[in-house]
Amino acid sequence: MNLLKVENIHKRYGKEEVLKGVSFELQRGETKVVIGPSGTGKSTLLRCINRLSLPDKGQVWLEGEEITHSKSNINQLRAKIGFVFQDFNLFSHLTALKNVNIAPMKVKGMKKEEATKLAMEELERVGLGDKADAYPAQLSGGQQQRVSIARALAMSPKLILFDEPTSALDPELIGEVLEVMINLAKDGMTMLVVSHEMGFARSVADEVIFMEHGVIVEQGPPQQLFSNPKHRRTGEFLHKITELYGETS
Amino acid sequence: MTNIQLLLALLAVGLVIGTVVALLQVYAGHFLGVPAFIYEWVFRGIPALVLLFLFYFGPLQFGVSIPPFIAATLALGFRSSAYQSQIFRGAIQAIPHGQMMAARSMGMSRVRAIVSIILPQAFRLSLPAWSNEFSSVVKDTTLAYAVGLNEILRHARFITERYYNLAMLAYLTVALIFLVLTYSGNWSLGWLEKRLRIPGLEMAGVSGRGRNLSK
Repeated sequence: MNLLKVENIHKRYGKEEVLKGVSFELQRGETKVVIGPSGTGKSTLLRCINRLSLPDKGQVWLEGEEITHSKSNINQLRAKIGFVFQDFNLFSHLTALKNVNIAPMKVKGMKKEEATKLAMEELERVGLGDKADAYPAQLSGGQQQRVSIARALAMSPKLILFDEPTSALDPELIGEVLEVMINLAKDGMTMLVVSHEMGFARSVADEVIFMEHGVIVEQGPPQQLFSNPKHRRTGEFLHKITELYGETS
Repeated sequence: MTNIQLLLALLAVGLVIGTVVALLQVYAGHFLGVPAFIYEWVFRGIPALVLLFLFYFGPLQFGVSIPPFIAATLALGFRSSAYQSQIFRGAIQAIPHGQMMAARSMGMSRVRAIVSIILPQAFRLSLPAWSNEFSSVVKDTTLAYAVGLNEILRHARFITERYYNLAMLAYLTVALIFLVLTYSGNWSLGWLEKRLRIPGLEMAGVSGRGRNLSK
């Protein structure tokens, strides 16, 4: 059975229909990268998956449990889905360590010593064991994003959603975050990543989804999609991205 | 001292109700949000002395005698809560929306997110404005004189009624006591502000009062 199933998601903001029927599936251990021009509903799609935005129509299932059902236990379901934001959203009044151990304690009811030990492990996993006592404002953007990945990992999620995790970073800080994500993919984490990092998509993604105007235009393995896109629009977009960000390899 | 007891009661009432009113104004729907706005409007819009008389002499007309201390606690406490609610509302709304979103995304309920993530940050942001309100409340305690509470101004009045030539001395003493009260209160709040400041977020040149004194 697939881990995540998204079916026919529609979402409208005012007059504009941002998502016009998006469907796809995600298998356990799979990494999918969503690309597409800005304003095509990629971030909205991620938010609809854990119901930070409520879709107008359509369903999302995690391990067969319907997230979009009005009677679903949404907090319990969200606890199984990590979310990494573009602008990190670390809790600014808490140290790196407490950013990571707070949800295991407050959501899962884990004992403090146990949660702290776990948080330390996750911080070490993203290479920030020595920054446990630093506050977010004392960390670089790359470090903050790695803490936020550790924060997601501490909940032992079934799946992590990444919403343009490197878009707010200075170029020289992107690498350290991508490295953490590549390692996660290797460790078998299931990930859905909205990103313009074509190099990451090419080397890590099992499948790339190209979205435009609220629909999936094309999806397929990165090699095929990048070198031999079926749709004209996919090709045009990839061409533009390559011009902007350099080679896609 | 009665004024300090009243002060503590007022701050407690103001803090608790003020927080609740602020939260309702920000997060609740119309059903609870509108009453919260009406509450704030009423208790911010009526002069303190009028509120005191309403709470003390109002019930008295119907034979209900409320002790002056209780009447003052309610009237001035509600009033302070209305002011404090606006301090807290401003602080809550100054917190980036992403904080709530991140908390919810990890499975926290809205109440849990408010308690663990939003309020700890909002209270920090509130401290400078809150110390202002503190000064007002300290001084407001003398208003309870008007409903017969045995507070410090009343004591001074007793003395001067008997010894007319002590008027200046008596009232200067009262004034001095309030200067000491507001100063030590504000100094403590400045100290607290500094203690609670989030490392990395301090702004150069901007500091809480008592910064150098606390060393």
